[in-house]
Amino acid sequence: MQPETTAFARSPDAAFTETDPPHLYPDYVGTRLRAPKEPLVVMPASLSELTGPVYGNGALVETDADLTRQHHGEPQGQRIVVSGCVLGSDGKPLRGQLVEIWQANAAGRYQHAVDTHDAPLDPNFAGGGRCLTDDDGSYRFITVLPGAYPWPNHPNAWRPRHIHFSLFGRAFPDRLVTQMYFPGDPLFPFDPIFNSIRDERARERLISTFELELTEPDWALGFRFDIVLGGREATPLEEPHDD
Amino acid sequence: MTELGRTPSQTVGPYLKIGLLDGPITNRLADESDPRAIHIRGVLVDGAGDPVPDGMVEVWQANAAGRYAHPADDRKEVPLEARFTGFGRSGTEDAGRFEFVTVKPGRVPWVDGRLQAPHLLVGIFARGLLKRVATRMYFPDEETANAEDPVLLGLEPEERETLVAYAEDGVLRFDIVLQGAGQTTFFAV
Repeated sequence: MQPETTAFARSPDAAFTETDPPHLYPDYVGTRLRAPKEPLVVMPASLSELTGPVYGNGALVETDADLTRQHHGEPQGQRIVVSGCVLGSDGKPLRGQLVEIWQANAAGRYQHAVDTHDAPLDPNFAGGGRCLTDDDGSYRFITVLPGAYPWPNHPNAWRPRHIHFSLFGRAFPDRLVTQMYFPGDPLFPFDPIFNSIRDERARERLISTFELELTEPDWALGFRFDIVLGGREATPLEEPHDD
Repeated sequence: MTELGRTPSQTVGPYLKIGLLDGPITNRLADESDPRAIHIRGVLVDGAGDPVPDGMVEVWQANAAGRYAHPADDRKEVPLEARFTGFGRSGTEDAGRFEFVTVKPGRVPWVDGRLQAPHLLVGIFARGLLKRVATRMYFPDEETANAEDPVLLGLEPEERETLVAYAEDGVLRFDIVLQGAGQTTFFAV
């Protein structure tokens, strides 16, 4: 018997004008040789896509969520609390979710072999953290305010202060890696990575808010960053493609 | 129903190792000593054919019996396996090379009940990728299952070819081409 065949639709670049940035955004030079150019294959979600990794408490320790206590001494810089909720697009809290973060130190330098920016490393700051969300979907990190730093994308290019976030959601399609920014950063208009998100409202969802309630009096400032996962456009838009 | 606005994606950047590769998630889904262990190796390359040394590859798969370790897979007749999470990640800092030790997954159903061929879901992150790209890896020694796999059947032959690993020196070789000639077929997920 000849097996039944299905021809899947092709989409130039799923969600091109919606929430996510396009694959190819030439102002961000790194996309030019890495963005896929062939149309994406659109197919229904099978059990493989309706599932995804699930975490327990086993592998984490308390200092994973406190980046200021991972070494003998305290890191330099402004101490901050970063906290928020991880939610599904239906508004329900996502419990037991692994949240992973990484960032530059207060001087704008990553503890990484590839980062050669002429700013001091901090022996008391590695810049990586992780935690699981609570029953109400909330997470909380203690860290220091990351510095802005130059990068070679174009002359005099600087990245706004940011913290990288990695999240999982309910299933494989929900997987998200993103960056959290800080309110009022003067570098926003000049940053092609931030501006690769074409929808202004979507872009603003990456900017944390200062919240006095999250501050620890006499100790640390507080910023809120809520994250919404899933609910991706079911049928990617068929956008005209100009290449 | 009001849908909350989804949080948009941003690139993982070149320093992902600090947050994602120095933690508890590794590229060992199974023990090397497991008699069923298989090795998957590949190179992540860009549109100029150059290796991508600042990327990350993640895999998600069912266990050897064909069950996902996730509540949405509630087929109690297919056994779960203690300690097999089905998830792993590998950096590509060694000249674009990535590697996994795992077991071959069993077959899982497609949306209409037909069986899919054994496969892994694969997600790729890198500096220069503003969002994840996703593909699937299939097995070269599953010709019969591959020939009736609903996903492979929906693709053109040259697209299909990019998704099937090949055997090389006792390992499964699966290269991922982000752009240009021989680009890997990517899915909108």
